[in-house]
Amino acid sequence: MTQQGVRWTADQVLALAPDAASRKAGSKLGAAGPWSEAGCSDEGTVWGLCKGSGSKPYQTIVDIADAAGPAYKCTCPSRKFPCKHALGLLLLWVADDAVVPPGQAPEWAGQWTAGRRRRAEEKKATDGSGAPSGAADPEAARRRAERRAERVTAGAVELEQRLADLLRGGLATAEQSGYGLWEETAARMVDAQAQGLAGRVRELGAIPSTGAGWPVRLLEECALLHLLGQGWLRRERLPAGLAATVRSRMGLSTSADGPPLRDRWLVLAQYDTTDPRLTTRRIWLHGTDSHRTVLLLSYGAAGRAPEQALPVGLAVDAEVSAYPGPGQPRVALGEQFAPAAPSAIRPPGVTTSQAVARYGDALRDDPWLESVPVTLDRVVPAPDGGSWQLADADEDAALPLTPAARSRRGLWRLVALSGGAPVRVFGECGHQGFTPLTAWPEGPGDAVALC
Amino acid sequence: MTRTSAPVDAPGANAWEGLVTTALLGTDRRTPPGTAPGPDAPTALLDAAAVQTVRRRAGLRPARAAERPQPAPSDTRPALPAAAARRLAMLLADRSGPSGGGRRGTAPDLTELLPQWLAAANARGFAPPPQLLPALLDAARGRTDLRPAALEFAGPRALWLARLNPDWRFALRASPGCGTALPHPGDGDRGRQLWQEGLFAERVALLAALRAREPAAARDLLATTWATERAEDRLMFLDSLRAGLGPDDEPFLEQALADRSRNVRATAAELLSALPGSALAARMAVRAEACVAIDHMQPPRPLRTGPEDGGPGGAGGTTPATAATAATGGTGGTGGMGPGRAMGTVGATEATPTIAVEAPHECDPGMERDGVVAKAPAGRGERSWWLGQLVEAAPLGTWSRRLGGRTPREIVALPVADDWQGELHAAWCRAAVRQRDAEWSHALLGDPSAPEAGGPGAVSLAERAKLLSTLGAAERAEWVAGFIGTHGLSEAFQLLGVCAVPWGPPLGRAVVDALNIARDAGSYPWSFSGVMGLAERCLDPSEASRLDALLAVPDEPENASPGAGGYWAEAFQRLVTTLRLRAAMAAELGAA
Repeated sequence: MTQQGVRWTADQVLALAPDAASRKAGSKLGAAGPWSEAGCSDEGTVWGLCKGSGSKPYQTIVDIADAAGPAYKCTCPSRKFPCKHALGLLLLWVADDAVVPPGQAPEWAGQWTAGRRRRAEEKKATDGSGAPSGAADPEAARRRAERRAERVTAGAVELEQRLADLLRGGLATAEQSGYGLWEETAARMVDAQAQGLAGRVRELGAIPSTGAGWPVRLLEECALLHLLGQGWLRRERLPAGLAATVRSRMGLSTSADGPPLRDRWLVLAQYDTTDPRLTTRRIWLHGTDSHRTVLLLSYGAAGRAPEQALPVGLAVDAEVSAYPGPGQPRVALGEQFAPAAPSAIRPPGVTTSQAVARYGDALRDDPWLESVPVTLDRVVPAPDGGSWQLADADEDAALPLTPAARSRRGLWRLVALSGGAPVRVFGECGHQGFTPLTAWPEGPGDAVALC
Repeated sequence: MTRTSAPVDAPGANAWEGLVTTALLGTDRRTPPGTAPGPDAPTALLDAAAVQTVRRRAGLRPARAAERPQPAPSDTRPALPAAAARRLAMLLADRSGPSGGGRRGTAPDLTELLPQWLAAANARGFAPPPQLLPALLDAARGRTDLRPAALEFAGPRALWLARLNPDWRFALRASPGCGTALPHPGDGDRGRQLWQEGLFAERVALLAALRAREPAAARDLLATTWATERAEDRLMFLDSLRAGLGPDDEPFLEQALADRSRNVRATAAELLSALPGSALAARMAVRAEACVAIDHMQPPRPLRTGPEDGGPGGAGGTTPATAATAATGGTGGTGGMGPGRAMGTVGATEATPTIAVEAPHECDPGMERDGVVAKAPAGRGERSWWLGQLVEAAPLGTWSRRLGGRTPREIVALPVADDWQGELHAAWCRAAVRQRDAEWSHALLGDPSAPEAGGPGAVSLAERAKLLSTLGAAERAEWVAGFIGTHGLSEAFQLLGVCAVPWGPPLGRAVVDALNIARDAGSYPWSFSGVMGLAERCLDPSEASRLDALLAVPDEPENASPGAGGYWAEAFQRLVTTLRLRAAMAAELGAA
């Protein structure tokens, strides 16, 4: 617990905001004006009273020591989480030692944190001691799993049939049939409880409208879908690792049962993707000792940010456990040994050739893999016709940016940061190109989030 | 991605092409290479495609590097302190503006603080963190008023960046001094070439840049092509001589008085009249002097209808008879800018010096050549129109000499015969603004606490704001403070706008007191939202502590608008929060 004195940066606080409006409202509250009786404790609690529109000030408390990101409590009626008061308080804590001095928590703040700590201890105790309550009847669970596997198999067989029909008539017909065909097939896969297949099928519908070269992309995706279906149907004959990958690609729930790995995990990037049903948050972590790059996934209902938030540039001393499947980056965050604190460590980088080679290698374990996390060292963003690439500073080699990365605001931050000089860039490298997520200047300087 | 670099002669390449073609047409029409036709053909095709897909992905290689951009020129300024960099990021993130209409709440309006932040950062000479340049350029793109300060702060890397993104082209146009498209003014040949061949905007920029450094060189450059320029271009170029105008420019401007274009002539005359030592100013002085004189023995006159052609426009409300003689007591009292119809005793035995005005009877060619516009706008008498132009262009120093050695204050206090006061004082106001004459401005502004200063007197609020701008910052603030102390805030917005930021203590206090009075009067704060907004931006942050007493919700007086107290407390809270934020901003930038 040596990191308590280190306060975060404002960017890191703002990364906790659930949406742009909260970010803005929180920034405005990040000044001493409305606050009183603010303070922070060594255990990682920050508290303060915020004058709102009512007569009674809101009591705002934030516990930043929690493993899964900060926890918040505020007496305001907002349903945003964290609310603008919590964000404002943290910004104030970041900016002004005088207004948020270290001290003893007042009673209203102390009670809440004490309650939280106690519950956490109790939970840990029960987790450690007893068998999981859900799996009371292993026999019933096994029967449920079998029934599900049968339905998934039926779905895979049906999909195989539909793919064969499609190729018999030709992909050219897919252009005319549009989304309808694929939506209906996806719905069938959902019925079959094969979420992984359903998601891939749904994406097929959009390919014919992606411009030149769509038949190539459509054939690739159909072929990989076929590969996945075949993998499922013959999973008994696959090596254990590949079988686990197939199960997880099919969308069968798995749990993080790998051995816990303790390290100082540097937060490399955090970004959200949204679809109509779900907000998915990806947090990439880099183990400063193990040199492993792992992924935390969390989900929120549509339009709401997932609760887990780890701002870029912090490092967490914690244990993680991997999900099954070789070469698969996803982990779950386990016990945390100290509050997250800023770190100046940068991940080591590779050249562009090494980066694509790493993607190629990773395909051996998971042929459905879209990209791998890679840090490129000494690359220069360079315009390449209508697009951009990251060119090695010292070799005649470059990675083009993915179409999605080209249209993001982050591209210009990256170009500005580089100014034509080499930078270090963390991102995802795959068959579509490179998606930059975080960059570091050549000289000293903090990580700059690009997503 | 790197498909382009995949070896084309590899055995897989053709196989893949064949698979794609077959898939596109369908296995019913075409048999996949290497398989037998039949019901299993689609599956065989998919098997082969899966192998090829993974193979192609696993074998990817990097592409050839494109031409890398030239490195951005280095920025030698010191980096922004970390706290200030965070603040800038926050100010830029708030660019979207106030959300919705509605109440403003207690939170400060960050967008409005960006201009001062930029000014302070520029004054300290800091360089921005490069990753914030895109947001800064976007902000400048949306708000033209921010551009000069934003681009100065953004520095050379922003111009480097702007050349890569068409959205930011404005930065290249707007910064002539930064050596992007324009040659260094010292580079005579390139400058001359650009001047002769460049686009209009480039030429204007070149001229302005040169004028800023070497006024004479800019004028000489302009003279080389003057005769061949188009009229509207001549007008624009002439206008750029306004900066750094000096006596050396007189010969050139004199010559422009004979220009073919009326607008060019008028502009040249205007510029010359701003040079009190110019020949044109002397000629105008002679003409103006002939129209204005002291009449020591003005007898009561018979009834007449004012100046023949209708007299000073619009002043018809006054009875000419009473206006004929005006005798006001002394110079200190009500003598200011009030309409000159104080009740004089007709046929007074003691003669009161009075200004008599005899407007010119014609506009001769000489006057026209010197920029006097002969045709009066509709609704104005042409003689008073000419008079206004003569007085406006005559050096103000003329009047002391002409009117018995009186000071400007004494001159302004003199009664003016025959309803001419409005016309004459308005012309003096324009002259004081044009010639940046603080003493005259002060005299024309009069005493801020005079009762007529609050109403629409001879000098409008807009004119007063212009007069104020010729005064020194302290004088300006003092006058406006006096004005607000007497007349409250309802007319003060325009005048506050010309005061130097931050407001000095007397002015700041006057505004806060007036706001307090307005609150106690029971009106809603949004009647004063303009002044409130200005106060948030301009009040000295050290005043924040004096405002604490105003933050509480007061008891509602009986005649108050319902809920006003709460809204006022909110408005004051926002004011205090904004002031604190500004203090923090200044501290982060290392200002004292």
